[in-house]
Amino acid sequence: MEILGVPTALLGSQLLVGLINGSFYAILSLGLAIIFGLLNIINFAHGAQYMMGAFIAWLALTRFEINYWVALIAAPLLVGLFGVILERTMLRKLYKLDHLYGLLLTFGLALIIEGIFRDQFGISGESYEVPEALSGGIHLGFMFLPLYRAWVVVAALTVCFGTWFMIEKTKLGAYLRAGTENPQIVQALGINVPLLITFTYGYGVALAAFAGVLAAPVFQVNPLMGSNLIIVVFAVVVIGGMGSILGSIVTGIGLGLVEGLTKVFYPEASAVVVFVIMVIVLLVRPAGLFGKA
Amino acid sequence: MSTPNQTTTLIKPEVLYTGLFIVGLIAPFAVYPTFLMKLFCFALFACAFNLLLGFAGLLSFGHAAFLGTAGYVCGLMVRDVGVTPEVGILAGTIAAGLLGWLFGILAIRRTGIYFAMITLALAQMVYFIVLQVKATGGEDGLQGVPRGHLFGVVDLSDNIAMYYLVYAVFSVGFFIIYRTIHSPFGQILKAIRENEPRAISLGYDVNRFKLTAFIISASLAGLAGATKTLIFQLASLSDVHWHTSGEVVLMTLLGGLGTILGPAVGSATIVTLQNELADKVGSWVTVIMGVIFVVCVLAFRRGIVGEIQALIHRAGIR
Repeated sequence: MEILGVPTALLGSQLLVGLINGSFYAILSLGLAIIFGLLNIINFAHGAQYMMGAFIAWLALTRFEINYWVALIAAPLLVGLFGVILERTMLRKLYKLDHLYGLLLTFGLALIIEGIFRDQFGISGESYEVPEALSGGIHLGFMFLPLYRAWVVVAALTVCFGTWFMIEKTKLGAYLRAGTENPQIVQALGINVPLLITFTYGYGVALAAFAGVLAAPVFQVNPLMGSNLIIVVFAVVVIGGMGSILGSIVTGIGLGLVEGLTKVFYPEASAVVVFVIMVIVLLVRPAGLFGKA
Repeated sequence: MSTPNQTTTLIKPEVLYTGLFIVGLIAPFAVYPTFLMKLFCFALFACAFNLLLGFAGLLSFGHAAFLGTAGYVCGLMVRDVGVTPEVGILAGTIAAGLLGWLFGILAIRRTGIYFAMITLALAQMVYFIVLQVKATGGEDGLQGVPRGHLFGVVDLSDNIAMYYLVYAVFSVGFFIIYRTIHSPFGQILKAIRENEPRAISLGYDVNRFKLTAFIISASLAGLAGATKTLIFQLASLSDVHWHTSGEVVLMTLLGGLGTILGPAVGSATIVTLQNELADKVGSWVTVIMGVIFVVCVLAFRRGIVGEIQALIHRAGIR
């Protein structure tokens, strides 16, 4: 079977890879957008925190024989706690300054985290085995679908839409949206805004770590895995605009698919296609696809 | 009253700059010239970057693209086309300026945090292109670039001759930046940094000023990059990597954002540190750079030169 002269198996598997990459873009840009909404900070350490999630899962399995499912819950909690500490001790001091300082501080933190992991584990990369319950796959007739990859997409989308539901439909989410609009008034109404900010940063960081654990069996666990990804995610954020939660999810997955298609039809351009789309969006609709000017 | 310029009355600026200029002239006889040349390249790079961030308030997180691209263009022109070094440097600078124009028209469509992310993403695109294109030598970089003869006459393989070329390039670049900052154009940039809506309402075409500043900054970063290729006879992939973009931010921040000498002092400090630490601590260099970053942002936002100016200022009041 062929579509446009391309075997469907190849097309299908590249679209699946695209869908997986898109799921990671979606979770990471969602985390960046939530943090930016309330803290007005672009979290450059997001990639490093994603990498930490993957490494904690790998360390847990190889050193302590803690399985994947426990790591999937524990790693985001640990990294989230780490985020809470960063917010309480450092980020908090920058809220009254220019937003750029937040970017610079988290850039410094990313260098520190990455440097330490590089010193400890080298840059060669470690592999993480797919958990037993999810090994193997299904023949769909036109292509082979590895179970774990299907799981990554389902888990990522569940978390993304769960987050969307929490922000749009629950009371906590209402506080959060109100805090994004006008923190002073929310504070005056008796809501503990500083605590809300701490929680938000911790949650955004935990999302990154969750993506890291999901990624561990798909990619090599490597100290540099986050920094290469995060720059693409920045482009995703510029394309989508950070105004809308659903917008981040849709943009992330859409760009992953486009990247997958590029790998089929013009592989040389697959590394830059997201950036090229960013350029086009900037020319046609500078505020981003879902941005509010 | 509170402008930093008036506080330096203890030492007149002309005296200070003349003194520093003379120190630079005799320095290669006291310090290893290759180290000094590297230092001047990064100092020019950081001064060019500071023109944007310190005076126009624009954080470019992709300045490595200009340094690197100019380096590759200069290297290819000198090695494969066979032009003389000064033509190579000029070609590199023009290439960086053109790239800066492209980056500029895209990035100034957004402000603040988005501006930084766009420049970073565009620079990453340049990185991938440099990595994939055959002419640049991919991971190996562009090797074996001859230094050649300046104007076809002066043999640059002599380190002292090369040093004076680099020193001249730096001095010219620094002078251009100094003049830009102290011109009416520089004042308008500062006005845009302080209050963009007001600058617009005063009738200034803000985007044109930002774009011009971006092109000047990119060209001068390119000037530094092209010269660097000649010094080391190599254009390497790390020159276009985002680590280098981050490094120039750190140099500027450490030396003093928006001060004239700060970026030069900051880059001298960082380059010296890297030189001293490279053999001793290995991969911890990145960690140390990160720590300096964090400390600068949290507790040392004025930077070295900024702190000194503040000290002099306080002494002057008393």
